Amino acid sequence: MYEKDGEKYFVVDSHMHYWQAGPETWVPGAEHYAKGWIECFHAYQGLAPAETHWPIEKFMSYTEDDLMKDVFEDGYVDVAVFQPTYLTEWYRDGFNTTERNAALGEKHPGKFIANTRWDPREGEDGLKKLAENVERYGSKGVKLYTAEWREGSRGWKLTDPGAYRYLEACRDLGIVNIHVHKGPTIWPLDKDAFDVSDVDHAATDFPELNFIVEHVGLPRIEDFCFMATQEPNVYAGLSVVIGGLMHARPRFFAKVMGELLFWVGEDKMTFGSDYGIWEPKWQIEGFVDWDYPSDEFSDYPRVTTATKKKILGLNAAKLYGIEVPAECQLPADAGTPAARDDSVGVSAESPAATLA
Amino acid sequence: MTTTVGSRTLLEALGEVRDPELDEPITTLGFVASASLSPDGDAAVHLRLPTYFCAPNFAYLMVADAYDAVSTVDGVRRTEVVLDDHFAADAINEGVAARAGFVASFQGEAVDELDSLRSDFLRKAVLAGTDLVCRPLVDSGSSPAALAAMTLGEVPPSPALDRLRGRRAELGLPAGDEAPLLVDPASGAAVGAEAVPLHLRKARLTRTSLDANTGICRGMLRHRYGVEEET
Repeated sequence: MYEKDGEKYFVVDSHMHYWQAGPETWVPGAEHYAKGWIECFHAYQGLAPAETHWPIEKFMSYTEDDLMKDVFEDGYVDVAVFQPTYLTEWYRDGFNTTERNAALGEKHPGKFIANTRWDPREGEDGLKKLAENVERYGSKGVKLYTAEWREGSRGWKLTDPGAYRYLEACRDLGIVNIHVHKGPTIWPLDKDAFDVSDVDHAATDFPELNFIVEHVGLPRIEDFCFMATQEPNVYAGLSVVIGGLMHARPRFFAKVMGELLFWVGEDKMTFGSDYGIWEPKWQIEGFVDWDYPSDEFSDYPRVTTATKKKILGLNAAKLYGIEVPAECQLPADAGTPAARDDSVGVSAESPAATLA
Repeated sequence: MTTTVGSRTLLEALGEVRDPELDEPITTLGFVASASLSPDGDAAVHLRLPTYFCAPNFAYLMVADAYDAVSTVDGVRRTEVVLDDHFAADAINEGVAARAGFVASFQGEAVDELDSLRSDFLRKAVLAGTDLVCRPLVDSGSSPAALAAMTLGEVPPSPALDRLRGRRAELGLPAGDEAPLLVDPASGAAVGAEAVPLHLRKARLTRTSLDANTGICRGMLRHRYGVEEET
């Protein structure tokens, strides 16, 4: 929990990692990919305040103690959601697997939610594994990488028949949150891997599932926003938005937040630190202090304490069924979503006003 | 950046090469690490990108475009463009040098050439440019109906307007004085008055997305190479 000016913020870090990427974990023959990947991640950390930068050695191999201190002790986080990334072609034991995450989670009851993953190209075996993971780790969410290149296949779409089988399985197994990575990627080489139209269709066909688009489709925020504004069960995962822009590019951060608040709305935006890329502490402190820097932003929806409480934790708590202490909840009358029609520049009669 | 005699025109040529995703010259983005021209006419250019894993399709387009631009400079007899520090650098450098095309350069991993990708991003550039041109008009009180009726020739001249017209012309969209200011970037059809507010909202969002993306790329490049930014 974070407390500032008498206000108490319940914090759910809905997108973070516990990876291992030191040289001893690199798959022989793929060392340049393994090294390049972790160095690329490390460069993203360069967008944070200088005093929070780590040497590459720590960045490759941060420990359980580092994580518990950075995220919970210093970082104000109440509950953190592990999002696995396998990359087993490059890292011997996987970059951060469901198993590794869950093992840490089991040592700290109540602190973590261990999400799992699936890939429709794994067919029946993958469906079995998914059921096992849900049974064993109690996963209520999955992280999906639709652009991942695999054995000659150049990625997949949520609308593929194979993927629909998995989405049906999620529904049957009690998984409710589908985190889809729509952000920086490598393969496939020739497609626009940030295309979010598949989320659009899947969200319509599976109204009982929530689709959290991580990194808000960066660098194609516009495609994501046009889609999300029409789908009630599509959310904006703010990992990278706060970490990558708030400190390094405050004016662009203000614009991106303004657009997201307008198109997606404060009830459907969730904080994720993307730890270990960025520590949560400075992100949470900075976001609670944040407001638009000038009058130039006056036609974007307003940002209130309630907005920040929702984004930092209450929205994700609702998605994951996490109990929020009474002192951190909003008063009953504070729950009105950011009203689209209030934004100057779009009259109540305009098409934008009726989009939702 | 290191330059030698004769490289001024080389840099001018490279200044016409844009990052197709960010719609900015590679020179102002800091992607040109060095450019030199020997007295014998050997042009040597090194490009660098913000990360080791920057999308190879866009990287290929920039290296290929740089090759073409440099080849047209007076006095250049041989052109070498090398992308440094990138996971697909070998395939891209060899593919461009051999004029092989993207698909042949990534055999088995790519099925389409990149023209449609380039067009998609040009359309985004048109939308973003529309915001840049229209924002001052909206601020000074132009109504949706007035904007819908306006032609390009009626807009006060500005670099932003020149740029918008250039991008529209590249896409084959109407770009002359008589052409409507607001057109659908896919079809070229004029935008009706009732659709103007949403069109402008989309234009602003597209520009915001592009600016934010550029901001991240600049930040990453600065971190990677310790360079100061050109603004």
